[in-house]
Amino acid sequence: MSNFWDDSLSGFWSTWIIVITLGSIAFAFWILYANRKTDKVPDADGNVETTGHAADEIEEYDNPLPRWWFQLYVGTVVFSLGYLLLYPGLGNFTGLLGWTQEGQWEQEVARAEERFTPIFAQYQEIPIPELAQDAEAMQVGERIFLNNCAVCHGANARGGYGFPDLTDDDWLYGGEPEQIVTTLVRGRNGLMPSWQQLGQNNIENVTQHVLSLSGLEHDAERAEQGAAVFASVCAACHGQEGTGNQALGAPNLTNDTWLYQAPGQSVADSVRQTLRNGRNGHMPAQEAYIGAERVHLVAAYIYSLRLQD
Amino acid sequence: MSDKIPTRDVTPQAVGHHTPPATVQQEMYAKRRHIYVREIKGLFQRLRRGANWLLMLAFFGLPWLNWGDRPLIWFDLPGREFHIFAATFYPQEFMLLSWLLIICAFGLFFITVFAGRVWCGYTCPQSVWTFLYIWVEHRLEGSRNRRIRLDREPMSLDKAWRKTAKHAVWLAIALATGVTFVGYFTPIRELIVDLPTLEAHGWSYFWVGFFLVFTYLNAGWLREQVCIYMCPYARFQSVMFDADTLIVSYDAARGEPRGARKKALEHAQVRAAGLGDCIDCELCVQVCPTGIDIRKGLQYECITCAACIDACDSVMDRMNYPRGLIRYTTENALEGKRSHVLRPRLLGYFAALTVMVGLFVWTLGERMPLGFEVERERGQLYQMTREGRISNVYTLTVRNLDDRDHDYRLEVSGLPDLTLDTDSLSVPASSSRRFAVQITAAPEVLDLPSHPIQLHLQSHQDTDIRLERETRFIGDTRR
Repeated sequence: MSNFWDDSLSGFWSTWIIVITLGSIAFAFWILYANRKTDKVPDADGNVETTGHAADEIEEYDNPLPRWWFQLYVGTVVFSLGYLLLYPGLGNFTGLLGWTQEGQWEQEVARAEERFTPIFAQYQEIPIPELAQDAEAMQVGERIFLNNCAVCHGANARGGYGFPDLTDDDWLYGGEPEQIVTTLVRGRNGLMPSWQQLGQNNIENVTQHVLSLSGLEHDAERAEQGAAVFASVCAACHGQEGTGNQALGAPNLTNDTWLYQAPGQSVADSVRQTLRNGRNGHMPAQEAYIGAERVHLVAAYIYSLRLQD
Repeated sequence: MSDKIPTRDVTPQAVGHHTPPATVQQEMYAKRRHIYVREIKGLFQRLRRGANWLLMLAFFGLPWLNWGDRPLIWFDLPGREFHIFAATFYPQEFMLLSWLLIICAFGLFFITVFAGRVWCGYTCPQSVWTFLYIWVEHRLEGSRNRRIRLDREPMSLDKAWRKTAKHAVWLAIALATGVTFVGYFTPIRELIVDLPTLEAHGWSYFWVGFFLVFTYLNAGWLREQVCIYMCPYARFQSVMFDADTLIVSYDAARGEPRGARKKALEHAQVRAAGLGDCIDCELCVQVCPTGIDIRKGLQYECITCAACIDACDSVMDRMNYPRGLIRYTTENALEGKRSHVLRPRLLGYFAALTVMVGLFVWTLGERMPLGFEVERERGQLYQMTREGRISNVYTLTVRNLDDRDHDYRLEVSGLPDLTLDTDSLSVPASSSRRFAVQITAAPEVLDLPSHPIQLHLQSHQDTDIRLERETRFIGDTRR
């Protein structure tokens, strides 16, 4: 993993930091050394010299530190120098151990992979319909889904405006295990071209025809005229009956699922908008991000959603 | 009649006192005088020993007790569960630990106001282990005088085996301590099998080693230095003292002027000769684990272990003098004033302690073995369903903190005619589950951009286990 910003310092600032750091340590050590006490000899009565401070007539002894205590202080200086030698801390000097944040992160990822790979490999062996019945595997699948897919499809996988609902039986590209896996591995690009060139009148006619396909309220006369345009232009993808084509990802227009119906928008307005401006649905390919094993699990999770009802 | 002029022995003591040469050396540190603690018998030593045995028994015994199929006390760090007797605590309840520690602190303050540094003398692990180590030392190297001689003798076979045996026993005790300590975090029955067979976790070895080394160093080598230089309590205990605090104290009025006398003399005769009751036998100094002379008055090194009381009482008995030349008493009592046990400071600490213990017990009683968090869906505000209703999606995190499975009923309120797509959530024992829940409302009832709604969760198995969370329902206001 490389840094996307350069965090090295220019020569002067690197030196500046080194000087300040080592200077501070040297200063601390000098303070420690300069203030060490000589071993005072108690006088005949066992009294030791005082510092001369007195508070409420209580005087402060000026005893030297115990030896182990003084050595503990020296130890902290030694430790800090050792630390600065091994780890980054002195300007651009990266330390003898070559430790980096990224390195530590990579190590942790590698450790996690080491732990999970055998588990995923076991799941990989199990066909998706069977895996979808395995409660524990589905908990893992759900977590992968929540981390990677829920941001568009929603935590309950019901989708939203422009994002397909994964819990119903209406599939743009097919809901069989291998089709789900293909969607996840290679991504999808759903392209509905803009039909602005048909002209305002034709767009309105086709809109009324599309409304009639799913039995919604429509203007029968305009729908009739729209049917001819639909047959010559739209049927290429959506089929003569408007039942769609899963090979192309062309949606079925005869049911009540409208992918691009914004909340509060009528179906008619939504269809008009689609015809005028076109639509461009983009499902990103996931395999590069999460790997084949997780794709397998997430596909099983999506497959399992239909089993819940 | 002993009309001797009181004399003072000024020859350097041969014992344990290092006389530096007259020239001032350039040394950076103070030399530590090794303290040879003399063993003494007596009422307070019996008390102390009883307390020590009890605490040792608790420390070494508790990890071996089981509760069902788990240890009675088990701080399961990897599992993030803390089993204490019948209850299981979770990291989310760390506040309880804070309160417990605060209660302990106030308990310590209370006892300090009442009886000084009595915690240190009777119950502090540092003292308990130190006295145990001194006991071992006494058995293997002999009495105080014998030990002093032994240390000054050149190395001999006798000295070698005694020293070796002593350190071996010390290390054995330290090892048992380390293993026991780790046994609170890893079930000890497995641990004692895994440790020698190199099956245990690396951290287990580290911590066993860590506690072995520091038990050995603290109780064997550092001893009173921990109390004098390292312990923070030693530094601030004195501010809690007042003139009514029970302290170990030498009754100077009765003891001075101290001095040797013939044992045959009656008490009254000695008094007539102008001597106090202190015979200057130095026994109180020799038994002191921190090496102070209590006759110089109260010093912060004193850990109130009362060894000097027992020592002095035994001497007073032998002299046929009344006991209590050194005794637990208060500054006021020594000056002949009245002591007040019940005083505002003590009552204040007691009140604070009682309130906090009460609150702690109440909190424990009110513990709801259920965690319930509600998060709104992050990706979208609201959606329209096919029926034309407004829907909001929430992610619920339900933590079942009980030791049995629960089925919870979910209800929603706050707006008329709200519907849930799931109303029954099942979570197995001691685990947490996330549920994505969709709530829908008719657009007509939403006259604001966002409405507060409440989610109620209640267990079927135990209707007392219930929680409510408030969240917001966002609707379409462009109408």
